Amino acid sequence: MEHRHVDTDVAAKTEAIVGRLKALEGPLLPILHDVQEEFGHVPQAALPVIAEGLNLSRAEVHGVVSFYHDYRDQPAGRHVIKLCRAEACQSMGGDDIAERLLELLGIDWHETSSDGAVTVEPVYCLGLCACAPAAMVDGDVIGRFDADAAASLAKAVRT
Amino acid sequence: MPLIQEIDYGTPAATADKTVQLTIDGRQIKVPEGTSVMRASMEAGIQVPKLCATDMVDAFGSCRLCLVEIEGRNGTPASCTTPVTDGMVVHTQTGRLKDIRRGVMELYISDHPLDCLTCAANGDCELQDMAGAVGLRDVRYGYDGENHVQARQNGETNPRYMPKDESNPYFTYDPSKCIVCSRCVRACEEVQGTFALTIEGRGFESRVSPGMHESFMNSECVSCGACVQACPTATLQEKSVIEIGQPEHSVVTTCAYCGVGCSFKAEMRGEEVVRMVPWKDGKANRGHSCVKGRFAWGYATHKDRILNPMVREKITDPWREVSWEEAFAHVAKEFRRIQYQHGKGAIGGITSSRCTNEETFLVQKLVRAGFGNNNVDTCARVCHSPTGYGLGKAFGTSAGTQDFDSVEHTDVVILIGANPTDGHPVFASRLKKRLRGSPGKEGAKLIVIDPRRIDLVRSPHVEASHHLPLKPGSNVAVLTALAHVIVTEGLFDEAFIRERCDWSEFEDWAAFVADEAHSPEATENFTGVPAEELRGAARLYARGGNGAIYYGLGVTEHSQGSTTVMAIANLAMATGNIGRPGVGVNPLRGQNNVQGACDMGSFPHELPGYRHISGGEVRDVFEQLWGVELNPEPGLRIPNMLDAAVDGTFRGIYIQGEDILQSDPDTKHVQAGLAAMECVVVHDLFLNETANYAHVFLPGSTFLEKDGTFTNAERRINRVRRVMTPKNGLADWEVTLGLAEAMGLDWQYQHPSEIMDEIAATTPSFANVSYAMLDQKGSVQWPCNDARPDGTPVMHIDGFVRGKGKFIRTEYVATDERTGPRFPLLLTTGRILSQYNVGAQTRRTENVAWHAEDLLEIHPHDAEQRGICEGDLVKLASRSGETALRATITERVAPGVVYTTFHHPGTQANVITTDYTDWATNCPEYKVTAVQVTPSNGPTTWQQDYDAQARESRRIATEEALEPAE
Repeated sequence: MEHRHVDTDVAAKTEAIVGRLKALEGPLLPILHDVQEEFGHVPQAALPVIAEGLNLSRAEVHGVVSFYHDYRDQPAGRHVIKLCRAEACQSMGGDDIAERLLELLGIDWHETSSDGAVTVEPVYCLGLCACAPAAMVDGDVIGRFDADAAASLAKAVRT
Repeated sequence: MPLIQEIDYGTPAATADKTVQLTIDGRQIKVPEGTSVMRASMEAGIQVPKLCATDMVDAFGSCRLCLVEIEGRNGTPASCTTPVTDGMVVHTQTGRLKDIRRGVMELYISDHPLDCLTCAANGDCELQDMAGAVGLRDVRYGYDGENHVQARQNGETNPRYMPKDESNPYFTYDPSKCIVCSRCVRACEEVQGTFALTIEGRGFESRVSPGMHESFMNSECVSCGACVQACPTATLQEKSVIEIGQPEHSVVTTCAYCGVGCSFKAEMRGEEVVRMVPWKDGKANRGHSCVKGRFAWGYATHKDRILNPMVREKITDPWREVSWEEAFAHVAKEFRRIQYQHGKGAIGGITSSRCTNEETFLVQKLVRAGFGNNNVDTCARVCHSPTGYGLGKAFGTSAGTQDFDSVEHTDVVILIGANPTDGHPVFASRLKKRLRGSPGKEGAKLIVIDPRRIDLVRSPHVEASHHLPLKPGSNVAVLTALAHVIVTEGLFDEAFIRERCDWSEFEDWAAFVADEAHSPEATENFTGVPAEELRGAARLYARGGNGAIYYGLGVTEHSQGSTTVMAIANLAMATGNIGRPGVGVNPLRGQNNVQGACDMGSFPHELPGYRHISGGEVRDVFEQLWGVELNPEPGLRIPNMLDAAVDGTFRGIYIQGEDILQSDPDTKHVQAGLAAMECVVVHDLFLNETANYAHVFLPGSTFLEKDGTFTNAERRINRVRRVMTPKNGLADWEVTLGLAEAMGLDWQYQHPSEIMDEIAATTPSFANVSYAMLDQKGSVQWPCNDARPDGTPVMHIDGFVRGKGKFIRTEYVATDERTGPRFPLLLTTGRILSQYNVGAQTRRTENVAWHAEDLLEIHPHDAEQRGICEGDLVKLASRSGETALRATITERVAPGVVYTTFHHPGTQANVITTDYTDWATNCPEYKVTAVQVTPSNGPTTWQQDYDAQARESRRIATEEALEPAE
């Protein structure tokens, strides 16, 4: 019953977002952004509503959502840390620092800590190669992300 | 007889008139501009290795196997996505290309199971072929890395592994064999137009996903088989191939389901069908298929098939199996006795729209020449007889004006009373393709005139510009209102009308439709169609470019069916939409050979070729050839036969391949008519519902077991070819022949081709048709004679067959079937994709997985008023009778309208339908019945009685029981 209630809520809110944005040229990505903004993720129950609204098949919407890693299928932690794993950051020891941070937080890639405080995700280049290793915390980029920075970040996200 | 190997050119043909010349591996070739290098190579006889390209879908350029080198260009472009240019010099095989291709194949194979010997696609796998073609000898990467192949790896479950999806009854999806070429996804989009598949994820995570990572059965998939056909590996594989193995020979034949008439290759192993694969050269389907033709042929070997002739004295007796000779002698004796006692006209016959032209011709010949009367009719009586009448009056021919290819040139489509995505799925796919448009060519516009919101009103990538949701029964009013707008707003094509039609008749008609009483505003209150919407539709059709009208039984099966057909013809003539590709009037024929059955003289008043029986000259032709005198008086139509039976003047009937008890309206009346007869001979595959009232049962043969021809909705005569011995011993034409011989007729036919020769010799529109010609051309559209030796794809090009096109006034007369306090809802009936007609065939296949029972569609408002919930058993009652079935609540139907299908004998929707008929042709008014719907807790008494009678009647005496007691 509870679940059903959530689904109706998702459907109604998604429908409103679709109604607002469907006139755009190429409206699917903006709609998905707003849906993620609304729910913190893109709930599965939203996809048929979007498909119906844009006259697409469910498969097509699923194909697009699953293509982009940034669309989540479940809510993230309160903070989202993205660590760059691309070449420049790797060459500046990014992997070691990433490992250290994960250890401090007690989670693995793509996981959310059990207290819901933080999610860690890999990212492939933040365009900050000159200041590698780079990270992104809740949308803000951080350069020269070293061991100390990792330690203080691990502490900060927990408080 | 080898397996037919169709050439895959890799990319679709280009249509440009301009040609360019290029050199490929030293060979000169000229191809139309826009052709891909890959296709040009194939046309030059050079096969460039490829995996993701196939000529049913557009080029995609993902597999990186078809690379070539082009002089003067850098790099190694993909040949599938590179168009040819004049003077281009292409090399398809160089050291550099060889290395790249081998490297690509190595990567593919490193993530593919190495079980070729036990794989179902062994011998028919493009991956295997390409590994051979590029000379793959070693996979340096090994097979132990990350993969999608192994269920368990290093003792742990492999998270990338996905098990086989066996949910579809006809094919399996094995993701471990998938190379993600996306051919299936593109086939579903471009060929079928359903968009049920996608590639989910990205990079190494990419997988083919039905719906939102669902099973095939739970996704939007309609099981047309296009993806299976497109798959280069065993990832999507027919279950029949998994079970049996690869076929060894194939024969091109024609599907025996709907009027689209798709060409298929019956791929065989011995006499066993392994699979049916749509034939790319088939001009009706162009390589596409639907779930019925592609997969639902299992009924041919179903255990319910009756294989021995059977006879009984009374319909309450069990059946007694007899020899063919005994059965023929019995029928002959009974028919002659009845004629002796009750007159020549006391017997008759019904031809079948399921059987071949040749078989139909023989049945009408048996009636006219053998029975000595014209009591012959056909199931077209209950579907498209108004088409024959209406178009005959307006244009002079009783058939559609176009071929199916014509839809590719259409700009505006009006769809009336037809639901192609369910009833004519392959045509629907071709229509949807045109509606979606293509690069550089805007999609066609669609106007839907239908009481229901059918799929084409709105489904992925298709949206009708106008949906006119008229009240069932108001077709004529709506069409005349469209004409009103066209005439009063001056949107008609005066030049066309002056040249091609009778101007004074037009003026008369124009004055009639211009009357304010026919305006959209005046008719809105009883048609339910908003006036502004209707005006928009009229303007679009008249001024939107090439306008084509496609219609179905929602037009004909009304008390004003013939009037509606004439109204359609009026619209087409008034707007000049006749006589060229992309326009026309196109009836979507219900059954495989309903056009042919009509052509072959199945009607009581017409000899083959629609020539009236009263015409002395025409009779002469047949009388001389057959050596008998023909009766110049038209005979009885089906409803008249039944009436006469109840009156006692009609006592015997030979029914070939039609189940009138289930398919004809007012079941109780049909029942009474049949019960009153003394010798009912049913010739069918199964003990159908009509057979419950039969005295003789002659087992029929399937389309796989006989030679012949079917004529589809576009007048195309397609060959049907025998691929297996008739299980019942005789092909249907041989059964009619046996019956004729027993009745003392001396007929000499060794093969159906000789029957076609007789048809050609007697019927001008078939004059040049012969099996030799059909074998050579593949198919031909009648008229095919000296004037048009190659047949006639588009009719009325330079003038109407009747001379001047005829405008006919179409006064709307409401049906006598009215809603009232007792029966406040209107019932209309139709089809569903997975089932076909009375379901005798499809119910005996796995298609029941989609549609196991008939459901009643009802609007939420009407349901709530009656306290009906989804899935409830409800009683459906009309003035004629009542039945019970389950309800489904949907907004596809408008408030006040309910809808059901008629595929299941348990429901018997025709108990409900009335005996009102078309004024001109007696075509029953299936599409409008006033009904009431109430909650119910079980089948009605009628259903129970019917079921008990049917069980009783289907008993077949066992051998022991027949032996005399000692």
